[in-house]
Amino acid sequence: MFFKFLNYFSKSNLLVLILLASSVINADWFALNMTRGSTDISNEVFELHMLIFWICVAIGVVVFSVMFYSMWAHTKKKNPIPAKFHENHKLEIAWTIIPFLILIAMAVPASKTLVKIYDDEAGDINIQVTGYQWKWQYRYLEDDVSFFSNLSTDLDEIYNLVPKGENYLQEVDEMVVIPAGKKVRFLITANDVIHSWWLPAFAIKQDAIPGFVNTAWTVVDKPGIYRGKCTELCGKNHGFMPIVVKVVEQAEYDDWVYSKKQEAIKLAELTTKEWTAAELVERGENIYEVNCVACHQTSGQGITGIFPALAGSDIVMNNKDRNIEILMEGVQGAAMNSFSYLSEVELAAVITYTRQSWGNAEKGDGTIVVPKDIVDYKVPKI
Amino acid sequence: MSAVIENHHDEHDHGPAKGLTRWLFTTNHKDIGTLYLWFSFAMFLIGGAMAMVIRAELFQPGMQIVEPEFYNQMITLHGLIMIFGGVMPAFVGLANWLVPMMIGAPDMALPRMNNLSFWILPFAFFILLSSLFMEGGAPNFGWTFYAPLSTTYAPPSVTFFIFSVHIMGASSIMGAINVVVTIMNMRAPGVTLMKMPLFVWSWLITAYLLIAVMPVLAGAVTMMLMDIHFGTSFFNAAGGGDPVLFQHIFWFFGHPEVYIMILPAFGIVSHIIETFSRKQLFGYSSMVWAMLSIAILSFVVWAHHMFTVGLPLAAEIFFMWATMLIAVPTGVKVFNWVATMFRGSLTFETPMLFAVAFVVLFTIGGLSGLMLAIVPADFQYHDTYFVVAHFHYVLVPGAIFSIMAAVYYWIPKWSGNMYDERLGKLHFWLSFIGVNVTFFPQHFIGLAGMPRRYPDYSLVFADWNMVSSVGAFLFGFSQLLFLFIVIKTVMGGKKATDRVWEGAKGLEWTVASPAPYHTFSSPPKID
Repeated sequence: MFFKFLNYFSKSNLLVLILLASSVINADWFALNMTRGSTDISNEVFELHMLIFWICVAIGVVVFSVMFYSMWAHTKKKNPIPAKFHENHKLEIAWTIIPFLILIAMAVPASKTLVKIYDDEAGDINIQVTGYQWKWQYRYLEDDVSFFSNLSTDLDEIYNLVPKGENYLQEVDEMVVIPAGKKVRFLITANDVIHSWWLPAFAIKQDAIPGFVNTAWTVVDKPGIYRGKCTELCGKNHGFMPIVVKVVEQAEYDDWVYSKKQEAIKLAELTTKEWTAAELVERGENIYEVNCVACHQTSGQGITGIFPALAGSDIVMNNKDRNIEILMEGVQGAAMNSFSYLSEVELAAVITYTRQSWGNAEKGDGTIVVPKDIVDYKVPKI
Repeated sequence: MSAVIENHHDEHDHGPAKGLTRWLFTTNHKDIGTLYLWFSFAMFLIGGAMAMVIRAELFQPGMQIVEPEFYNQMITLHGLIMIFGGVMPAFVGLANWLVPMMIGAPDMALPRMNNLSFWILPFAFFILLSSLFMEGGAPNFGWTFYAPLSTTYAPPSVTFFIFSVHIMGASSIMGAINVVVTIMNMRAPGVTLMKMPLFVWSWLITAYLLIAVMPVLAGAVTMMLMDIHFGTSFFNAAGGGDPVLFQHIFWFFGHPEVYIMILPAFGIVSHIIETFSRKQLFGYSSMVWAMLSIAILSFVVWAHHMFTVGLPLAAEIFFMWATMLIAVPTGVKVFNWVATMFRGSLTFETPMLFAVAFVVLFTIGGLSGLMLAIVPADFQYHDTYFVVAHFHYVLVPGAIFSIMAAVYYWIPKWSGNMYDERLGKLHFWLSFIGVNVTFFPQHFIGLAGMPRRYPDYSLVFADWNMVSSVGAFLFGFSQLLFLFIVIKTVMGGKKATDRVWEGAKGLEWTVASPAPYHTFSSPPKID
């Protein structure tokens, strides 16, 4: 019986058992280390990380074994009369010089890798990355393609109302697409507070700072989907603005650029269309959810003391011109930024949505804002 | 240093005043030391309660207990309270109690300022904590309060935060000046600089660091105040300002600040290891030089907190090499402690357990610090849980373990009673296990890619976060045991001898236990 029991645990069975046990609790006990990179640079960084890690382990083992030996062998019981030695210049010089040499052995390869990372010539493709509270904007400088990338995980998943998906908090409504094998340069900046654009698989982490443009570059050979995160505290939804990069073959990339351009043309056509309030509200709801809800809340009530309520707001109910102005220019000295980067249709739709929701239309003047109003606002006033 | 004669009969000793006024108006270094220590303990428990909220929210993926907005307030206040309310006042309290007794001085040099520097602290923290109940909530921008998140985008309570930081700064500067003046002027004849106990040395250096950098912090928050209320644009890019400037100023304060929180620990641990090894410290002068080198280097490494802000290549390389250089004097200190223990006659009472754990765990924190200095690797570590693990290893089993070790080591001298050794050891083991279960897995989740200051995370980090939370609860609740032990010791217990520990050396062990209200009214005689 006992041997049977032992057998059960032997070799492969044991492995299966561990795997089973861990899968039962959806475990990732093996997420212990940095993952190997997906580019030459990130691989080099990984190797460097492992090198210094093992050097540190070795130092730790040497120091701690002397110490633990002493704790075992030199207790008062075993060694009642303490030795009298102190100060030994040879030893002291040795333990100053040797660490110094070890440090140089670590710093030299690190500096070499760093020089490679700083090779900062223009890429085949240049993408401007702008951090916003709490989303990323990507502008393809050569192709005039531009879009926002928002977290697409459902709020119900975050608040534990439905099971969490595989890419929980790691999925976006629109991925950055780049071609494989090309040098892609990212020009990283921010619109409001400091964010940081981190893509571990490329070993890129660059702060996105308002007023500055930082650069980073990568060449990814293997098509696939790579995920990253914001790594500088940027306010309440700091944890909810992931980065997803899709690397595709050149042909597929060209198709994607073409389709993005077509999309832009279609969007431009919408500006001249005649809009009804219902159409604008329908379109605006989604834009509100993506851009406004974090501060002003789904209920339009805002958060007392920091984010003003839109429901029942005099401006939203009665002052159409000021309403447009705030969205276009932002509010000086407050968290409300300019949203002029949205299209005319999006702006008109989201403003109309707020003017028609939460009883605002009934209590206020009930006017709507159409894309033409935004175009008119943009015409320089002489 | 020995053969001390205490002449009590020709002194005009008077005891402490009665009642509350004793504590309000006291100018006695021992009373003020006690006040500082209890205050820091209270802050430690409040900051710790906030850590419990953080770990409870992170127990599982998803938002369960608090909203992200409140989570950010918790991480901010946890950091500020632990640093400015927990660790720093505890070290000032220890300095108050010990520095005069160690150098044979009757009191601190500036006793009234000593009273003031303590009594403004509770107001500072009252203001900071009251911001929790203000409209818009407490500061939510992290303890590093990077602009413009802490200026243009901050809740209105930021103004109260600035005021409170100013008060904390004034308190620290006064405390530091007091320590410098005391050490420089009030050493008993024969206590030359190179004969001072290492704790006194460590505090002398710390005090200079404080005087150098606290005004820089005051400058940073004043510039914030100007940006928020007076229309300047120091840190506002839209007005021609520079958000990175804030980080340079902050970390020029912040890095020496890190050493302010560890140098006194070096002093404490050196004393304890020497005592319980019953052997002279291996290299006294090299310990002093190591502390001085660390302090000086701390002024030229600040930008290693900013490797990802887009510094030029030359700056990255300079700050990498300068930072790595700190490993040399730090190594010297660790080797010295090990060499002191080597062939000593070791016993492991509670203070020694904490001190030994300090050496091991602080070294682990130091080694991860060395890894963080490697710029290309730092691009992967920066602002992840690897950093959280690193600085908690140097601050919790580093600074805080040293404070606990100090309390166990000197409380017989302070209270006249021995603490309960069995309970002390239990407290040690619970804390030791708790701290490692909490922070060791954070290395893993950091390397695997979890950023810090996230209220919620991807599923891949779930398991180790749960382990970390369990450890945190264990560590957190174990501290109530510490509170119990301290109260029990103060209330009574086995009477302590004057020397207390077999291997104890230094002037503080030559006076009675508990130490009389006034000690060394006439300077001790030192051979």
